Amino acid sequence: MDRNSNSYTFIFAIAMVVVIASVLAFLATALKPMQDANVRNEKMQNILSTIGVKVDRDQAPAEFDKYIKEQISLKEDGSIDKEVPAFDIDLKKEIKKKPGDQRYPVYTAEKDGKKFYIIPLYGAGLWDDIWGYVALEGDKNTVAGAVFDHKGETPGLGAEITQQWFEDQFIGKQILKEANGDYTTNNFVSVKTIKGGAPAGDKHGVDAISGGTITSDGVSKMVSERLAHYLPYFKQY
Amino acid sequence: MAEEKEPLFSKKNRALLSDPLNDNNPITVQVLGICSALAITVQLKPAVVMAIAVLFVVCASNVIVSLLRNLIPNRIRIIVQLLIVASLVIIVDQVLKAYAYDVSKELSVFVGLIITNCIVMGRLEAFALGNGPWKAFLDGIGNAAGYGFILILVAFFRELLGSGKLFGMEVLGHKAKTIADSTGLYALGYENNGFMLLSPMALITVGIIIWVQRYKNRKLIEK
Repeated sequence: MDRNSNSYTFIFAIAMVVVIASVLAFLATALKPMQDANVRNEKMQNILSTIGVKVDRDQAPAEFDKYIKEQISLKEDGSIDKEVPAFDIDLKKEIKKKPGDQRYPVYTAEKDGKKFYIIPLYGAGLWDDIWGYVALEGDKNTVAGAVFDHKGETPGLGAEITQQWFEDQFIGKQILKEANGDYTTNNFVSVKTIKGGAPAGDKHGVDAISGGTITSDGVSKMVSERLAHYLPYFKQY
Repeated sequence: MAEEKEPLFSKKNRALLSDPLNDNNPITVQVLGICSALAITVQLKPAVVMAIAVLFVVCASNVIVSLLRNLIPNRIRIIVQLLIVASLVIIVDQVLKAYAYDVSKELSVFVGLIITNCIVMGRLEAFALGNGPWKAFLDGIGNAAGYGFILILVAFFRELLGSGKLFGMEVLGHKAKTIADSTGLYALGYENNGFMLLSPMALITVGIIIWVQRYKNRKLIEK
């Protein structure tokens, strides 16, 4: 057959595409369960690390079951929506919905007899999305721990938000102006990153990253925007 | 065919392996694959994984194209090559996501960018289309090794000078917030050169490697 004829070219192209498409489809289907498991385990690993439980990704599911007591989805008014499994909420998609339609996941954990509330975060950095988890102590005011991750922040600058020193600064900070259980927006200040460094003893401020101002601001904004949605829940329970 | 009687590792075939390491290095002599050499040489680990991934893609695509070389219609050969390379890259990406999740997160978009690595298409066009599978395989290994070698060399200097680490391990001592708490070189007041972490320094490092190579290998100097 003439290799330069139109019909040969068409047949070759069609055969090639069919073969390659089936190989790739088969491979993607075969590997999907393992890829999903990796993503889920990593999520559990991140949630656990906010309350100071460091585990390998493989052991994450077992430890997750041990420490995490409840997984709750909240409506805008702070009431519990039992229909939606909290763990399956993909915040990236969820934050694009209207506030009334959004569900807010929260995990309650128990470690050494103390209760923790773990709240997932999602927001924007400089180049792309940033996300993380913040754990509050039983008083629903003091931060017990935080982890952050990002898609494409500048290495060495904005990407430093994933570093231990940055995350550890959040521990012990408070989200309320007065620690009196008043969960109104007037009393809510969140934890903010401060350019040039937070003054010593600041209950609500952490050092921003020099050279990573927009990413740092993104963290501030993400934390306060997300936590604000949980105030009605904290008030009721 | 005379080709088949040739021993597996004849002098010509050995040259296919060794040439790209020095005289005909894809990065320092042909100046191909520069983008990835700049992008993923901040640390050694991703550089090594990238080198392995490119080795797999170049070898496999070289062999496949070489086997199909008498079937591929001339007019759509570039598209066919691209299709083969793209599929192999997807395979690498999917396998990394399933079995080496951390590495896959680290390499993120760069795995996909193997498709645009000029070395891959360059070898298909220049070599695999005109040679048998065994030769194409050797050529793939040679070129990927030449590429990987430079990648790892650049990553070595960038990670060492930029963050004082090799494969994530602190080799120059531990840097604490104050000099008094630091150990090793940092206790003497040494600072990491943050500039090494940025892409321009990769280009300069590659430049220095080219300079050293030409100094040692006079054949490469243009008359």
